[in-house]
Amino acid sequence: MEKKELLVVDGLKQYFPIKGGFLGRTVNHVKAVDDISFTIHEGETVSIVGESGCGKSTTGRAILRLEEPTEGKVVFNGEDLTKLPKGEMRKHRKDLQIIFQDPYASINPRQTVSDVLNEAMEIQKVVPKKERRDRIIELLETVGLNAAQADRYPHEFSGGQRQRIGIARALSVNPKLIICDEAVSALDVSIQAQVLNLLDELQDEYNLTYLFISHDLGVVRHISDRVIVMYVGKIVEIGDKHSIFDNPKHPYTKALLSAIPVPDPDRERNHIVLRGDVPSPIDPPSGCRFHTRCPFAQEKCRVDVPELVRHDGMQEGHEAACHFVEEIERGEVKPKELQVTTF
Amino acid sequence: MVETILDVRDLRTSFYTDEGEVKAVDGVSFSVPKGKTIGIVGESGSGKSITSLSILRLLASNGKVVGGEVRFKGDNLLAYSEKKMRSLRGNKISMIFQEPMTSLNPVFTVGQQISETLIEHQGMSKKAAMAKSVDLLKLVGIPSPDKRVKQYPYELSGGMRQRVMIAIALACNPEILIADEPTTALDVTIQAQILGLIRDLQQRMGMSVVLITHDLGVVAETCDYVAVMYAGQVVEYSDVRTLFRKPKHPYTVGLLKSLPRPDEDQEKLIPIHGTVPSPLHMPVGCRFNPRCPAATDLCREKLPDLFDDGEGNQVRCWIYNEQWPGEKEVDVFGEERTARC
Repeated sequence: MEKKELLVVDGLKQYFPIKGGFLGRTVNHVKAVDDISFTIHEGETVSIVGESGCGKSTTGRAILRLEEPTEGKVVFNGEDLTKLPKGEMRKHRKDLQIIFQDPYASINPRQTVSDVLNEAMEIQKVVPKKERRDRIIELLETVGLNAAQADRYPHEFSGGQRQRIGIARALSVNPKLIICDEAVSALDVSIQAQVLNLLDELQDEYNLTYLFISHDLGVVRHISDRVIVMYVGKIVEIGDKHSIFDNPKHPYTKALLSAIPVPDPDRERNHIVLRGDVPSPIDPPSGCRFHTRCPFAQEKCRVDVPELVRHDGMQEGHEAACHFVEEIERGEVKPKELQVTTF
Repeated sequence: MVETILDVRDLRTSFYTDEGEVKAVDGVSFSVPKGKTIGIVGESGSGKSITSLSILRLLASNGKVVGGEVRFKGDNLLAYSEKKMRSLRGNKISMIFQEPMTSLNPVFTVGQQISETLIEHQGMSKKAAMAKSVDLLKLVGIPSPDKRVKQYPYELSGGMRQRVMIAIALACNPEILIADEPTTALDVTIQAQILGLIRDLQQRMGMSVVLITHDLGVVAETCDYVAVMYAGQVVEYSDVRTLFRKPKHPYTVGLLKSLPRPDEDQEKLIPIHGTVPSPLHMPVGCRFNPRCPAATDLCREKLPDLFDDGEGNQVRCWIYNEQWPGEKEVDVFGEERTARC
C-alpha cells in the first residue's frame, strides 16, 4: 500500500541577508538552504544528517516557519504552509511540533512543568480546562515522569528528565509530525538510550512521524527509516537507511561514514580524510559544492550542478547528486589523492 | 615490560561548596605506559576532566587534591612547588582542551601564542620562536603557515584552532599529552583529521597520550588501554580489546549496550535505568548499585576495591571477588531488560 505523504518540501530556499557597508544595505546572502526537495510519509522517521553549517537545522525551522522561507513550498497534509497567514500558521503548529537540543534553554525556568504543559494546551485549545490536570499527569507518565513532579521547576530535573519534559510538551497538543533538532545530542549515552527508546515507543503508540535532525550517525542509523545527507545547503544523497549506510554512492556520504569512529577495536580502520574545511554557505563553490574537497572531482564538477539521480545498482528511492556515480563505481574515474588515516 | 611514565595512585580531589564537600575524584588509580595512549571514559560528572586537571594541578580555587599520588617518572607531582610545576606544564606535560576558541587568547596572534611557550620554556629569542612557530604550524598540517602565524584565532576555523592548540602543546616535545575531549566540538570529518594528526605525531615523537572522552568509538580506535570512570572512581581498567570484547563491570556492559552503533543494526537499545548519583549524596556501597541489575546486599553495603584479574586488568565489582554471594556467571543487562526505564 502506498503510504500517505504527510510533508512535501519542494524547492525550499532559505537565504539570510548579510547587512553591511555604510548604509547597512544587504551586501550578500548566507545561502543556508538552497533549493531542496523531499517527502516524508506518515508514520516514518526521516533523518537529516550533515556537518555544521549544512543547513539541517535551518530546514527544520523553515518547515515550521520559525524563519520565513525565502522560496519554495512546504506542503503539510495537502496544504502549503508558506501561503498561510501568521494566525493560521499558529493553528497549524498544533500538528507540527519541535524538540530542541537544549531543553533547559527552551523551557521557561519560572514555570512549573504543569504550567509549561498547560500553556501549550491553552494556546492550541486541545483539552478543556477541567480535564487538563488529568491530561498533564497522563502526559508525564507517558514520558516516564510521575505526577508528583508536575509542580516542580525545570532546574529540579536532570538533563534527561528535562528532555522528557520537552517531549511531553510536544505531545501535549497531539501533533502529527515532530521535528527533533539534535534532541538527544546533549545527553550521555545511557540516558540517550532511554530517550531514544521512549521516542520509538511513542511513535508506535501515537502514529507519530519524525523528522530527526542529527550529526550523530549512530543515532541516525538506529532511529531512521530514511536518511537525507546534506552538504552546504544541498541534499547530496537520499535513500532508505540501508542504502545510505551500506551502499553509499556520493563521495561525501562515503567520506562522512568512513570518518565515524566505530566502537570495535578489531575493525579495519580506514578513514577517508577530506582535505580542508567545509566551505562557507555565503559563497558556496560553483558546480557541485563538494568539488573543492572531493578526491574524484573532474572539470565538469566545477561547472555543472549535479541533480539527485537514481543510478544503476541503486534501490528505489535512493538518489545521489554526483555526476560520476557510475564511473566511480566502475573504477573509470579514479581518486586523485585519496588520503586514508588509521588514527 | 613497558616503562610506566605516569602513575596515578588513589587520587582524591574535593571541591568545597556551600552545600558541602564534593568528592569529585575519589580514589582514582591508573598508569600510563610510555608511548601508549590511555583513554579515560565516562559520562558527565564522572570526574574524568577533574582527574586530568588534578594531574596538572590546575584546579579552581575551591578545589583541592586531598589524597593520593601522581608519579611522573617516579617523582610525586603533588609535592612539587608551584614554580617547579609551572616549568613542567606545557613543557614535559601538555594539555589540550575541548573548546579551542576559549583556550586561545583572542587578542594575540597565533604566532605570539605558540612563541610564548617556546620563550618561557626553552629561552628562545622572539625571532627564533616565531620561526619555530611556523615550523610547528606546518607540522600540524596548516596550509600557508607563514601567513597563518600572523593571524588571530577568530580568523581560523574550529579544526584549525584545534591544530593551533596542538602546535602549542607540542612546541616543547612533551613526554605526555593530555587531551580533554579534543574533538568533541568538531565535525566528524574534521575529527578524523585531528585524531589522525595526534596519532601521527605521537608515533613520530614517542609521547604518551591521555585521552579523555565520552565517545566509545574514539576510544576503540585510538586507545591502547582504557580506564572507565563512574561517579568519581575508576570502575574498570583494561586493554582496549578486552574492554570491548569482554567488558566486566556492569556499568561498562550497560554503556556498550546503550550505544547506538553506526556499523550495525540493533533492534532495541538497552539503557541503564536511573541517573548518575549526585556527588553530594553518593550511595553507600558500590556507587553503581542503584542502577545495577545484578546488585546484591553486599553491593549495597560495601564498596568493592579495584580487583586485579592477574592479567593486568582491573574491575571494581563484587562479582569478581570470592565474597560474591550470587552465581558466578551473571548476565547483566540481558535481552529481557528492555522495558521502559
